[in-house]
Amino acid sequence: MYKIAVVGDKDSVLAFKAIGVEVFPVIETEEARKTIDRLASNNYAVIFVTEQVAKDLDETIERYNRALLPAIILIPSNQGSLNIGLQRIKDNVEKAVGVNIL
Amino acid sequence: MAKLNVNPTRMELTTLKKRFSTAKRGHKLLKDKQDELMRRFIDMIKENNELRKAVEEELGASFKDFLMASAVMSTEYLEESIIFPKERISLDVKTKNIMSVNVPVMEFKREMEGDEGSIYPYGFANTSAELDGALERLYNVLPKLLMLAEVEKSCQLMADEIEKTRRRVNALEYMTIPQLQETIKYIKMKLDENERGNITRLMKIKSMMQEQEQNQ
Repeated sequence: MYKIAVVGDKDSVLAFKAIGVEVFPVIETEEARKTIDRLASNNYAVIFVTEQVAKDLDETIERYNRALLPAIILIPSNQGSLNIGLQRIKDNVEKAVGVNIL
Repeated sequence: MAKLNVNPTRMELTTLKKRFSTAKRGHKLLKDKQDELMRRFIDMIKENNELRKAVEEELGASFKDFLMASAVMSTEYLEESIIFPKERISLDVKTKNIMSVNVPVMEFKREMEGDEGSIYPYGFANTSAELDGALERLYNVLPKLLMLAEVEKSCQLMADEIEKTRRRVNALEYMTIPQLQETIKYIKMKLDENERGNITRLMKIKSMMQEQEQNQ
């Protein structure tokens, strides 16, 4: 049985706690990186990361992109969306098709 | 296109011809795979795009409500009210094979602890209405969020696979196959040339022998 986690700044992720998803508030980049690595090796299949945190963690996220699990999914934080998630979709399209068709 | 560095012999020619036909078959298969992957990918990425836009919007609204709630309520109360969630969510992951790409299929299990009553893990006495609204929205967006996780991961994996397949197709199409063709042609030419050289030599020797006979 796999688990779901949310990683991000405390104010953004607190709400998820109420609906039964495990939350891991982080502040610093290094801390976030370690948390994600730990979760990935601990049977977490889906890790939601706020864009605010994810913007400094390109390498780590890229590493897990190639693996089947975990799926690292970016979500907007409470300061709004940084459009990294949509940008990543565009990148995927460009990688696969060659041009952006969306 | 440079030819391969091989000896122009009959044996080599046979091996190369075999390799050539294999390469051509492989190229066709890979090309088909690439086309089908691309078709599936485009369907999926469109869904992904729409889903993400919807989720981001709804999540943003929910965060706004939550922000309002945390502004109205004191931090201690807020944390206290939601520290023990009523529900636990876990998931089951199976894999599905799309054109030899293993993509996850996630099945989510929301196990309501206790009754099927309200989703709120707190009493209404000390909490604000904004918090109720925020949680309700978040609760409603969750299935979409989880679907997004599945679709987005699949898209990522498929994009990688498409890129890999395209490299292989291109390598076969623009490197291996022309090289083999060139080399096969080269060996054929060389063998024919040898044959012609041999015939001329024989003819020359024959005429020399005839001349010698006449002189005697």
